[in-house]
Order: sequence, then structure tokens, then C-alpha cells
Amino acid sequence: MNQSMWHASGSNAAHIRELAIFFGILLGVIFLIVVGLALFSLRRRHRGIEQEPLERSHQASERTEARLRMVVGIATAVTLLILFGLTIVSVSVGKSVSASVAPANSLLIEVTGTQWWWKIRYASDDPSRILRTANEIHIPVGRPITIRGSADDVIHSFWVPSLQGKRDLIPGRTTLEWLQADRPGEYRGQCAEFCGLQHAHMAFWVIAEPPAQFNQWMEHQLQPAVEPADDETKQGQNIFLNSACVLCHAIRGTDAGAHAGPDLTHFGSRKTIAAGTLPNNKGNLAGWIADPQNVKPGTHMATVPIQPAEMQPLIDYLESLK
Amino acid sequence: MRYVAIGCCLLTLIGCKRERRDVRPSPAVSGILGDAAGESTLRPGGGAATQNVRNPYEGNAYAISEGQRLFNWYNCSGCHANGGGGIGPPLIKKDQRDWIYGGDPSNIFDTIVKGRPNGMPMWGGKIPEYQIWQIVTYVRSLNNLEPKAATPSRPDSLEQKTNTILYGKDGGSQP
Repeated sequence: MNQSMWHASGSNAAHIRELAIFFGILLGVIFLIVVGLALFSLRRRHRGIEQEPLERSHQASERTEARLRMVVGIATAVTLLILFGLTIVSVSVGKSVSASVAPANSLLIEVTGTQWWWKIRYASDDPSRILRTANEIHIPVGRPITIRGSADDVIHSFWVPSLQGKRDLIPGRTTLEWLQADRPGEYRGQCAEFCGLQHAHMAFWVIAEPPAQFNQWMEHQLQPAVEPADDETKQGQNIFLNSACVLCHAIRGTDAGAHAGPDLTHFGSRKTIAAGTLPNNKGNLAGWIADPQNVKPGTHMATVPIQPAEMQPLIDYLESLK
Repeated sequence: MRYVAIGCCLLTLIGCKRERRDVRPSPAVSGILGDAAGESTLRPGGGAATQNVRNPYEGNAYAISEGQRLFNWYNCSGCHANGGGGIGPPLIKKDQRDWIYGGDPSNIFDTIVKGRPNGMPMWGGKIPEYQIWQIVTYVRSLNNLEPKAATPSRPDSLEQKTNTILYGKDGGSQP
């Protein structure tokens, strides 16, 4: 239900579902007709062959020639007509879901695909309201969202089957599209263009909420990370800031400000870790940090030498970043 | 004829080492951090003999490409540009004598781990050891110090020491 084009939750996805149903029924009927005719001609005794053996001298009669010409001519014309019609329907649906008709009051979200996770950036004219996060997109229900997509390394494809159609993210190019959720829900999305070893583990969640709830989420995410409340998490923060973590990740409100990896400012509030690979809980997080290559072979997350005694404070700290 | 063909096929296996991927590197910190090159052999009161450290990724194409990615991730390019130098010295040397602290893998490893005077930060304890070796391999590949079979002929940055382009076909040191 979370990831299915048949459960469309927005107008764009509904258009695409209608298109799929139209194609499916029309082409299914044609398939049945063709197979039926083939079976019919297999079973039918061919009187012509009995009467006119196929020899070098064999010549079809005038009448057979004329009928054959007519049948092939009509079949070709009908095929062309159907293909032409399908093209028109497909292009018109493509136009209606493309970004060129994105409504004016839409919310702009920048999505950058990178091996193998999603950089999310909520754009705003006010620099203090620009929000960076990763792998989880919250959107208000009923408001159009413009997605401005790009990629850092190779071609990825942004796809939330319940909300929109695939859109390729291409390095050095900006692609635009828009989507809208008509009812609240959690929709899973996935990279739809093979992009390397961990393509299958490059997922994300789109969480559609009522506008009031979304605004609350937004205000909270714009805040810097919470200060460590006790000694354990304080120690965890120190470990984070003094190990390799800090070279790739950012936690707003601390010295960590790198953007090679996902922003962890409100890491504890996310559903999943490692781009939708595992549910976000302490056990999975410890496993992910201790041996990322076991969870996602080939991932660019570094295998960081964390001492066993350091692990518990570190994951306590990260999970406290609600 | 058949045996020649089989032999040729088997010969291609020799090239496999170049592509070997160490995807589960050990995060362990070895005792060599800071003195991989063994710069001084004098040890007061005796003790352990000089260690012989070698680059585990020598001649490995995967390590070179990972090193190239990390070179940007960890912002080496912020000072050294794509090897041509900027705030920091160029990493593509005109002459092998231009290495200030030595061009052997262990020397470059030490430079990254310990830092050097006048601006090179100390990365030891931050960048995991295996990634430092990958960066070392990449920096050496910029200078054609890695086997030709592993070095990309056309790197992403297009800045690389190539004998034919920069120094004439004889590979001499005249610019």
C-alpha cells in the first residue's frame, strides 16, 4: 500500500494509474484478438493448400491476391492508428503531470540523488528557513510540491509510485516536476534507475501530514540539535565530534558541519537509517556504525574505529537527536 | 591452437588483482600511526626494530578511485586543488626530488596522519587508516608512481602527470 501506483494518493499518480489501466485494457483486448486469430487459423483446415500445392509454379489467384492486400492494408492502418492514439494519450498525460503546469503557490523541495541516499533541501527566500535533511520528505497535504532534482555522481531516478511518476536525476542538470498528496499517509519511494552496488537500498519516505502538523514539524526541524541532557549523551557527543563521524556529517548547533553524508541534526526523528535500509533503533544503528559494509556492501559510509565502550554513548546521543 | 587460446584466457586472470575490492576493511588502528616511514632508526634503550610498512593498496584501481572521491570529500582539494596546488603545495611533482617530505607511500601516509608545518592539518585519528592508504594511493597515481595498469588514463580532474602532455615524450624533467 505504501509503494504502489495502484494506490494513487495524488492527482498525478491518479493520471498515471488511469493511463496504465487504459493501456492495459486496450492492449489486453488486442492481445486476445491476435492470439484468438492465431489459434483459429491453426485449427482451420486450409482448403487453398489442398487445391493448389505449393510449388515453384504456384500462383495465388487474382481473388486471393486482392483479399490479402485488403486484409494486410486494413491491419496496418489499424495498427498505425492505435499506436498514434496511444502516443497522443501518453504525451498528454505526460504534459499534465510535468512541472510546466506546477501551481504557483507550490512548496519547493530540492532532491539530490547520491550513492546511495537522498539529500533533501527545503528551499526558502529566507536563509534561516532553508532546511537540509536526508531520506525523509515531509509534505503538507493538499499543497502542490515542486521537486527540483539533481544528482551528484551518477544518474538516479526519483519515484514515489503513490504520488507521481519516475523522474530521472541527472548530474549537472536540473529536472523539475511536481506532486501533491490528497490524503495523509506515509509513502515509500525508491531509486528507479540502476545506480551501482546499493541501488536496491536507496529508498526514502514521503510523509504527508495535515498543514498544521507539517508546520510544526518544519519549525522543529529548523531548530538546532538538542543539547545533550545527561553525561552519557554528552560523552556520546564528544565521541562524535572527535572521531571520523564529524568529517562527513553535520549536526547543527555543534562543530560538525560537513555535508558529504546525511545531516544528522534531527536524526532521532527519522523512521529509517541508511536510506530506508533498516528501521531506526539503537540496535540497528550500532550494527550500522560498527560495520556499515555488512548492512550495505559498497556503501561510502566509512568503517570507523569506534571502541566497544564508546558505542553505547554514541548511539544514545544520536538517538536523542529527536 | 586451442591451448594457446586457453592460455591467453588464463593470462587475463593476472589482471584481477588490479580490481580487487577490499569492501570490508578492518577499522583497527595499528601502531604505526605517526611513524610509518620509520624516519629515525635510533631508539633510546633499544626496543622494537624499524617496522617495514607497505601500502596495502598498491596497484589497486579501486583504491585509486576511492582515494579520488575521498580527496574531495575530506576537502584535500580545498588546499591542493586537483593536485595542481593552491593554498597548499602541488601534489603533482615536476621532479621526484620536489617531494618535501618524501614520496614513498609511508612518507605520504605520515604526512596525512601527522600533519606538516605551515598548514597541513593532522588527520590521524579522524580519517580511518584504510582510507588514508586509499588517498596515498591516489596521490601517488597522480604522479604516475602507481602501476600504469591501475592508473586511470583520463582522470576526472584532467590534472595528472602524463609524460606525453607535460614533459615531452622522453619523460624528462624539462617542463
